[in-house]
Amino acid sequence: MKKEGKEQLWKDYQKEIADDRYFYVRSCVRQNFFPGSETAFLKILQEELGKDVYEHPCHTTCTGIGYHADVVPFDTAMTVVARQFAIMTESGYHNLVPSCITSFGLYTEILETWKHFPEVEARVREYLYKATKRDFRVPENLAHASDVIYKFRSEIAAKGKFRLVHHETGRPLKVVEHIGCHYAKMFPDKGVGGAEYPYVLTGMIEEWGGEVVDYPERRHCCGFGFRQYLVQANRGYSMSCSHKKFESMEPYAPDLILTNCPGCPMFLDRWQYAISEMEGKTYGGDGQGIPVFTYEELAGLVLGYNPWDLGLQMHQVACEPVLDKMGIPYDAAAKYLDKHGHSLGQPLQPQKLKV
Amino acid sequence: MPDFGFKLQKDRQIDFDANDRSATRAIIETEPTFRLCIACGTCTACCSAGNFTDFSLRRMITGLKRGNYEGVRAMADQCMLCGKCQMLCPRGVSTRKLVLAIRKHIR
Amino acid sequence: MIGGGIAGMESSAHLAAMDYEVTLLEKDSRLGGKLLKWERLFPTMRLGSEVLAFLNQGVEKHVAVHCNTEITEIHRKAAAFHIHTATGRTYEADAVLVTTGYDLFDARKKEEYGYGIYENVITSAELEAMFAEGKPLHTADGRIPKRMGFIHCVGSRDEKVGNVYCSKVCCVTAVKQAIEVKEKHPETDIYCFYMDLRMYGMHFEAMYKQAQEKYGINFIRGRLSEACENIDHSVLLKAEDTLSGRPLKMSVDLLVLMVGFIPSEGTKAVGKMLGLEFGVNRFFKTCDQHTLTNVSNVPGVFFAGACTAPKTITNSITDARAAAATIATYLEGKAISARTIENQK
Repeated sequence: MKKEGKEQLWKDYQKEIADDRYFYVRSCVRQNFFPGSETAFLKILQEELGKDVYEHPCHTTCTGIGYHADVVPFDTAMTVVARQFAIMTESGYHNLVPSCITSFGLYTEILETWKHFPEVEARVREYLYKATKRDFRVPENLAHASDVIYKFRSEIAAKGKFRLVHHETGRPLKVVEHIGCHYAKMFPDKGVGGAEYPYVLTGMIEEWGGEVVDYPERRHCCGFGFRQYLVQANRGYSMSCSHKKFESMEPYAPDLILTNCPGCPMFLDRWQYAISEMEGKTYGGDGQGIPVFTYEELAGLVLGYNPWDLGLQMHQVACEPVLDKMGIPYDAAAKYLDKHGHSLGQPLQPQKLKV
Repeated sequence: MPDFGFKLQKDRQIDFDANDRSATRAIIETEPTFRLCIACGTCTACCSAGNFTDFSLRRMITGLKRGNYEGVRAMADQCMLCGKCQMLCPRGVSTRKLVLAIRKHIR
Repeated sequence: MIGGGIAGMESSAHLAAMDYEVTLLEKDSRLGGKLLKWERLFPTMRLGSEVLAFLNQGVEKHVAVHCNTEITEIHRKAAAFHIHTATGRTYEADAVLVTTGYDLFDARKKEEYGYGIYENVITSAELEAMFAEGKPLHTADGRIPKRMGFIHCVGSRDEKVGNVYCSKVCCVTAVKQAIEVKEKHPETDIYCFYMDLRMYGMHFEAMYKQAQEKYGINFIRGRLSEACENIDHSVLLKAEDTLSGRPLKMSVDLLVLMVGFIPSEGTKAVGKMLGLEFGVNRFFKTCDQHTLTNVSNVPGVFFAGACTAPKTITNSITDARAAAATIATYLEGKAISARTIENQK
């Protein structure tokens, strides 16, 4: 692998990311899947970096899941998104930051559609006005939340207490980066580093001391694909995609997987359990899985946040091997306690996967 | 194992690296004109057997080239060795001998 | 004559032989253009240097050759063209022949193929350079490849890179180069991935059949969708095996990308200076596709060679002679040079 070849491409795919005054819109599913991530994002931006981030209580789903599952028509999706823009405009913000990759993809698709077909934008303005009497300005800057963390990766490293290196040996941790399909595969120039060799997560990993693993099935989808996952009988397809990736990354013995999409960390994490039950196979060392993190969780760990405040106890694959390697102290007894010290209950133990 | 209601799916991808193509090499040794096929489909179009069954010499040859032997033997048994395809093949593949070679090397 | 490749050399030779005063301007340090870097030619395996030596016989001592000459400006004063160069000289001409040729497609633009990133992905031009320099064929870590892939149509017939046309020479070049590899290393397995095999030339089909029959070179009808690097630095290919109707993956130790033709930088620059029209594929637009194939939209300016379309060496030589005849009749004011044809709708 020739790094300079990638660096040349990365230069070609730079995007503008606003540096303050963000209007933040949440993901439908991330607070269930990875409950500490969005909170960590707000804490990092507001408390560590002193940025102005605003979220409005009236913002809704962007309907991206429904749109990609073929149950919400595009005109409806555009009108709902126009309402988000209206709320942002009313709140006095211009820089939109979605937490979800599919939202980011949908917002991008809509803005590009309006750029090429202004009559569609006019029609949507009329729909929104008829339905809500609202008007809007399109965002001046659209960046995914991972773009924002990427932008401040050196500030985070400077304030950081831990690095992505083995604290005893100094060996850089080997990190698989996995980008959500809707981040740049639809519009390559809207993603940091483009679609084929995205830099957004690689930039964080390198800045925080880790080593990126580029394995043959890196570009392959995690398999989430709403319709595959939503129908139980189709989930085998979803899991087979993740399985293909695990088989391909296995020889590189990665220490962890870093993701920037709501679905990918969920499925790359949970399918390791299902595959272990069905096939008896695990991909981490010693019967364990490969820990999977969101970019906010990893940034939080670098900054020295308590792993249980980051919600890492909600992962299927145990995160402790990574904490141990990075030398992050944690209270094992507090893993399943809530913030008042009450027990959250203990999860059932998988038969094969060691957690 | 819990009942998940779904399972891992077999990959449809032809895994060229993993497939064993040794029988194909033996067939080529027995009948070297095997290599000359350009998959034009003339054989399949004129085939007496192929008019009534799913027999296709073109598909069989492609499968053999990739080491994808599933169904090849059953298909080879459907050929009636009439030789019509041999008359029409633009590349001079000795199709009858090829079918016999396939029957010899693929069980 | 602007451009001292095959077409520029052969046109110059013919016009000089007809006693015209010919000046050949070449930006590089010597004549020969792209042929200087090509060892052997399809379908005969003749050495490129032999063709160059032949062309040179017509140029040497007959044509005023100025190498290392970059053109900066061209003006028309009355009937004459004034051609200014970076060396500060000005040449005057009654007619100009543009033979600015082609450039090779930059394979880095097919990002998913990993050229410039994966160690064992090279272009057809780099493979030819290995042959020409007599270097042994080897992977990045110095091994003889056990399995090689050739990818047809890289940068050709591809709307995604803005080149919808066929580059004409790559199919048969892949067959030629694959045969050369097999001659040097019979134990190397070769797989060519193609959409269509365009063996249109006399003897091309025979060469293709020879590749299958004598050398056991394999052909898979499927276009490469992406390449990835394996842990051992071999290249993993993913394509649809369209004849099986299934996706296919295959690892190769060395991957050769058959890069196509694009209009050269010189073509773009000289075209702008002279106000020449470009066609939809950004090569020069000839006055008519069937008949006025050497004639430009500017009176007194003519074309030859690959600046109007991808051409084989044989095509370029023939085209160069046709251009010489066209220019001669123009300079003599012959009636046939005033022929026109109705504009195509």
